[in-house]
Amino acid sequence: MIEVKDLTVHYYREKEAIPALRQVNINIGTGDIYTFIGPSGCGKSTFLYVLSGILKDYEGSVRIDGRPVDPKSQRIGLILQNYGLLPWKNVYANTMLGLKIKNDQKFLDDHCHALLKQLGIDHLLDRFPKELSGGQQQRVAIARAFMLKPDLLLMDEPFSALDAITREELQEVFLNLWKENNVTTVFITHSVDEALYLGSKIVVFSPSPGRILDVLDNPCFQMENLRSSEKYYDMSMRIRKILNKG
Amino acid sequence: MLSNRFWRGATYGLLLVIIIWQALAWLLKIPIIPPPLAVLTNLIEIFADKMGLHLLYSLGRIIAGISIAILIGVPTGLLMGYFERIDKVLSPLVYFTYPIPKIALLPIIMLLFGLGEGSKLIMIVLIVIFQIIITSRDAVKAIPQDIFRSLQSLGAGRLQMFTEIIIPASLADVLTATRLALGTAVSILFFTETFGTEYGMGYFIMDAWMRVNYLDMYGGIVILSLMGFVLFTVIDITEKRVSAWR
Repeated sequence: MIEVKDLTVHYYREKEAIPALRQVNINIGTGDIYTFIGPSGCGKSTFLYVLSGILKDYEGSVRIDGRPVDPKSQRIGLILQNYGLLPWKNVYANTMLGLKIKNDQKFLDDHCHALLKQLGIDHLLDRFPKELSGGQQQRVAIARAFMLKPDLLLMDEPFSALDAITREELQEVFLNLWKENNVTTVFITHSVDEALYLGSKIVVFSPSPGRILDVLDNPCFQMENLRSSEKYYDMSMRIRKILNKG
Repeated sequence: MLSNRFWRGATYGLLLVIIIWQALAWLLKIPIIPPPLAVLTNLIEIFADKMGLHLLYSLGRIIAGISIAILIGVPTGLLMGYFERIDKVLSPLVYFTYPIPKIALLPIIMLLFGLGEGSKLIMIVLIVIFQIIITSRDAVKAIPQDIFRSLQSLGAGRLQMFTEIIIPASLADVLTATRLALGTAVSILFFTETFGTEYGMGYFIMDAWMRVNYLDMYGGIVILSLMGFVLFTVIDITEKRVSAWR
C-alpha cells in the first residue's frame, strides 16, 4: 500500500521556488497497477522521483506499507525512459546490478534465468548496451527490475522512445510479467492508449504544477481485443476531455 | 590487442624515418649524422652492459611518477566531480597552477628537495597530475543523471556509487589523459636526468655527447623514443580493453 498525503514539491531556480506538484493525495493498493497520465512537464516524473527516494525535499507524507520511503530497506524497481543501464557493464552485469547492491546473490538463479528467457535476452548476456536495440535495452532494464522481486515498481514513460511495433510488443511482455509477479506498480505515460492498456486505474494529472484531476476505474484493463472495443473508445474520449479541461 | 593495421602503420613509419636518416647521412657525410646501420650495430654491442641499466632507471622514474600522479590525481578529480563543494574549493587552485610551465619550478624544487630522485619524481608528478585531475573531474561530470538515479533507487550507498559508476565511467578518460601527459613526462624526464644523477637515459645521452661519441648518443636517442613507443602502446592496449563498451 502506498499512501500519499498532501504531497507538494517545489524546485528552485535561482532561489525562486517553482511549484512542481501541488497537494497530491492518493492511495495505491498492494498489487495494483496505476497509470498516471498528464501533459508533459506536469510533474509526473517528479512524483516518481519522490516515490523512489531520489527526491527527498518535499512537503506532505509518502508512506510505503506504513513506512517512509527508503530505497535501502525497500525494494524499488525503477525503469526509466532511457533505460538507465550502465553502458560499461554487459547485459549480465546490468541485470545482476540490483541483486548485487541488495547483496542477495552472486549468480543468477533459476528464477533469473527464466526471466531472461521470457524476455528473450538470454542469448545476449555478454553484449554491451550500445550493441543492443532500444527494445532490447528496455528488456534488460525490465529484467533487472523484476529480478529484484520489488515491493514497488516505478516506470517513467518506459516505452515512449520505442517504435510503435516494439512498444506494443513490450507492453504485452510487461503485462504478462506483471500478472505473474503482481507487483504494486506506478506507470507514468503520456499516451492515452498506454494508460488504458496497462492501468487498472488511471490517474489524470493537470498541467504544471501537477494536481490530480481525476482517478478513473479502467473497465478496459485486461480486456481481450481492447483496442477495437467501444469501451476503449469511450474511455479514451473521457480521458481526453479531462485532460483538455485541465 | 591492437590491429594488424596499427602494426603495419608502425612499420611503415619506422621505415620512413630510417630512409630519411640514411639519405641525410649519405648526403652530408658529417660525423654528427652517422648512418643508421652503424648506430644499430653499436647499439646491439653496448645495450646489455652499458645502456640497459640507464634504461631501467628512466623507465622506473616514469612509471613511478605517473603512478603517483594517478594515485593522487584520480581520487582528487573524482571527488571534485562528484562533490560540488570540493570542486568549488579546488578548481581555482588547479586553474591557477595548471598553466605555470612546471620547468620554471625546477630551481625551487631542487632547492627544496635536493638533486636526488625526489625532485625528479616531483617534477614528473607536477606535470602529469593536472591533466589527470581535470580529466577525471570532467569525466564524472559528464555521467548522465539517469545513471545515478537508477542506482539511487536501488538503495546504493556512496561507496557503491564510486565502485559501480564513477570509477568505471571515468577509467577510459583517465587513460587518455595519461597518454597525453606521457609525452611531456618523457621530455621532462630527459631534462631532469641531465643533473644530479649518473643513471638514466638523459644522463647517458648527454654523457655520450660530451665524450663526442655520436654512435652512443644516437643509440640513446633511439632507445628513448622506443621507450616512448612501448609506453604509448601499452596505454593504447589497456585503453582499448577498458573502453570496449564505448
